Amino acid sequence: MLRYEGKIRIPSGCAISGIMNKKGQPFPGDDIIKSIALMHDRSNGLGGGFAAYGIYPEYKDLYAIHMFYDHEGAKADVEMFLNQHFKIELSERIPTRKVSSIKNPPIIWRYFAFPRGDKLAEAGLDESEYVVRCVMRINSDFEGAFVVSSGKNMGAFKAVGYPEDVGDFYMLDTYRAYIWTAHGRFPTNTPGWWGGAHPFTLLDWSVVHNGEISSYDANRRWLEMFGYKCTLQTDTEAITYMFDLLIRRHRLPLEIALTAMAAPLWDEIERMEPEQQELMISIRAVYGSALINGPFSIILGCKNGIIALNDRIKLRPLTAATKGDFVFIASEESAIRTVCPRPDAVWTPMGGEPVIALLEGVEDI
Amino acid sequence: MSFSLLTPEFIVERNDERCIRCQVCVRQCANLVHMYDQEEDRIVADDSKCVNCHRCVALCPTRALTIRRNPLEFKENANWTTSAIREIYKQAETGGILLTGMGNDRPYPVYWDHMLLNASQVTNPSIDPLREPMELKTMLGRKPEVLNVEDGKVKEKLPPQLKLEIPVMFSAMSFGSISFNTCQALAMAASEAGVMYNTGEGGLHKDLRKYGKNTIVQVASGRFGVDVDYLQAGAAIEIKIGQGAKPGIGGHLPGEKVMAEISQTRMIPIGSDAISPAPHHDIYSIEDLRQLIYSLKEATDYQKPVSVKIAAVHNVAAICSGIARAGADIIAIDGFRGGTGAAPLRIRDNVGIPIEFALAAVDTRLREEGIRNQVSLVCAGGIRNSADIIKAIALGADAVYIGQAALIAIGCHMCQKCYTGKCNWGIATQDPNLVKRLNPEIAARRLINLLHAWTHEMKEMLGGMGINAIESLKGNRLMLRGIGLTSRELDILGIKAAGE
Ligand code: SF4
Ligand code: SF4
Repeated sequence: MLRYEGKIRIPSGCAISGIMNKKGQPFPGDDIIKSIALMHDRSNGLGGGFAAYGIYPEYKDLYAIHMFYDHEGAKADVEMFLNQHFKIELSERIPTRKVSSIKNPPIIWRYFAFPRGDKLAEAGLDESEYVVRCVMRINSDFEGAFVVSSGKNMGAFKAVGYPEDVGDFYMLDTYRAYIWTAHGRFPTNTPGWWGGAHPFTLLDWSVVHNGEISSYDANRRWLEMFGYKCTLQTDTEAITYMFDLLIRRHRLPLEIALTAMAAPLWDEIERMEPEQQELMISIRAVYGSALINGPFSIILGCKNGIIALNDRIKLRPLTAATKGDFVFIASEESAIRTVCPRPDAVWTPMGGEPVIALLEGVEDI
Repeated sequence: MSFSLLTPEFIVERNDERCIRCQVCVRQCANLVHMYDQEEDRIVADDSKCVNCHRCVALCPTRALTIRRNPLEFKENANWTTSAIREIYKQAETGGILLTGMGNDRPYPVYWDHMLLNASQVTNPSIDPLREPMELKTMLGRKPEVLNVEDGKVKEKLPPQLKLEIPVMFSAMSFGSISFNTCQALAMAASEAGVMYNTGEGGLHKDLRKYGKNTIVQVASGRFGVDVDYLQAGAAIEIKIGQGAKPGIGGHLPGEKVMAEISQTRMIPIGSDAISPAPHHDIYSIEDLRQLIYSLKEATDYQKPVSVKIAAVHNVAAICSGIARAGADIIAIDGFRGGTGAAPLRIRDNVGIPIEFALAAVDTRLREEGIRNQVSLVCAGGIRNSADIIKAIALGADAVYIGQAALIAIGCHMCQKCYTGKCNWGIATQDPNLVKRLNPEIAARRLINLLHAWTHEMKEMLGGMGINAIESLKGNRLMLRGIGLTSRELDILGIKAAGE
């Protein structure tokens, strides 16, 4: 019997792309679809998806919860749970268009909601932690239900199919966002489950990722100590939780969090100034289990910007470019040039060297 | 002596055509097996005294000697095996408990050999350690859960850490159970290789104080040789609660072995028996352990990590959780195959559990409780090669201790007669004539070679898995698959079966 993602770990290769407007000016999804479509051969039709920031200005203070349901029963159960824990302002089907290559969609729904004050007070948690726990609960305890995204003024759109078809299916040309990221997937073996496609998200973090990390189980078992449940058994899920843990919960400065994930080599550390050295040694000692090993390139999206990161010996491709207020990041340079033929600057970041693009006026992630 | 029913275990075969009567064997065998018969100009052997240590075989210049298992057999019996019968003869003759040396040799399953490692193919490139960096550096000690960073600087310093170039250390072996030359070889090798050796419970000889940076000083129930200088002399302190070869019992160094040097190092009178009690008489509970941990930390100004070593027993996971909460920085778990200089045979062969299960259970438990960061786990007890180490780390260890493997590297032949004090290889003996057979420089070189070889092998295995830093292997159980294990065993080890 073929098993769903989450019951089994499935390695996959991929294409990734991201476009951002540093002034926060929204633009439609056509370019990101064009960019990811150019790398068609890097995916195999078994998963594609997008994350978009700034798409729900009219509900920007509410959590936009995107859901997949396998059946009506799952929807009824989750809605009962949601109603207990959230005040739901709007509940609606996510609009889609018929695309011949996208088959067997689940029930695709979204809610705009905020946590119920009494429940929040009772839980004694801060708001985001409360939302995280609810997401974890749904993903691990409700059969046939999957939280696709749960951030504010953002959303993830993903499916089994080629990414350009997925974009068409979700009518992304009709949305306007100031950050778009995209993913085309090449899993080596999958029964094709919609939840398994990227991006993977939590709150307003989204991760698209290319690679297969060899440190997965070390990372997962460490994250699980902090209450994360890696139900999907994918690298992307683990990486997303890692950002959440390091940046939101441990309040590490962004560069420190990135250093933990792609740490400098001991040889390099030995050559550093004493103060810097102490910092690096401490990071490697405390966050050894957060080191991501094996080939990867990722784009992390959040409301304040995007960050791209490669493994420390650069085993996966990643290129970045700028043009005016725009920042582009993609697996291949061609995927940038197809939407921006003459960028102001193009470069290939070194292994372990992050590309950090924040909105103007924003200090930290 | 009355008539003995014990027939020789081994027979010494001498090829008389090759024998040149040089009498090397006569001089080399401390068990006095070989004798020169002047009248007949022949060398004769008393087989019954031979322990099969290969000393004479290795030194015979004409390769005239072979030791064989005595082919003499009892009537076949699956219950009353040869050893079962012989042990009864021995006890009927002596009335004593049976003693032995080294680790459990019974044919219990070796779970390392039921675990297979992963390697990358296509979806994930393997890494070539000859061309790419491959990091084995390991830090042992308590790690905070969160690092506080302010303005690019660490706000609180890390608790003290032991820095190891590779995740391997030499197990506790006391001066007394092993010779001074062996201690010195271990100390020299540890300092050259950037790892640690452990004094065991026998104190620290003054001539070895200079290797302090690479020394773990042990505090055991007998407190031999323990004073504040001793505690400060090492890089870390280890409280020994138990040992895999003899969980629940103490140690006994007979007075005959307590000569000047040992008496000085252990701080006991010459010729007195050195008896370490079964428990620490100031530790009858986990709270008491906490007090000792903190007394030692106070005595050393919180500058040194404190390790607690226990034998792998049934309830090891809960015990380790308690030890972590009691403030230990490192927990060393010694499995039932762990070595010893002397232990009652019945204890060695029947008490404790395999290190593989103990390690997996402890790592799982500490993670479930969210306190795995608080301690480093060192696993010990029968680690034989670099693959065992890689498997141990994938199961959840931070590092391993090797004892028997280190002694084999310097000449031990596993005759298991360490308790007799007549180790022909100069290792488990205090007889000056035997001790001088072991040259510390040469022995240290052999140890360094062994670590060097294992380092290369570990790097190859890591690279094959697509990993370039040892921390990414720690607890990475997906890199292991079980073979020939029941599903219960797989569950305890927390690994999948091969093919899954
Ligand atoms: S005890 Fe060792 S040295 Fe003596 S005869 Fe036997 S093998 Fe040779
Ligand atoms: S240390 Fe010596 S006595 Fe002990 S097993 Fe090895 S060779 Fe035999």
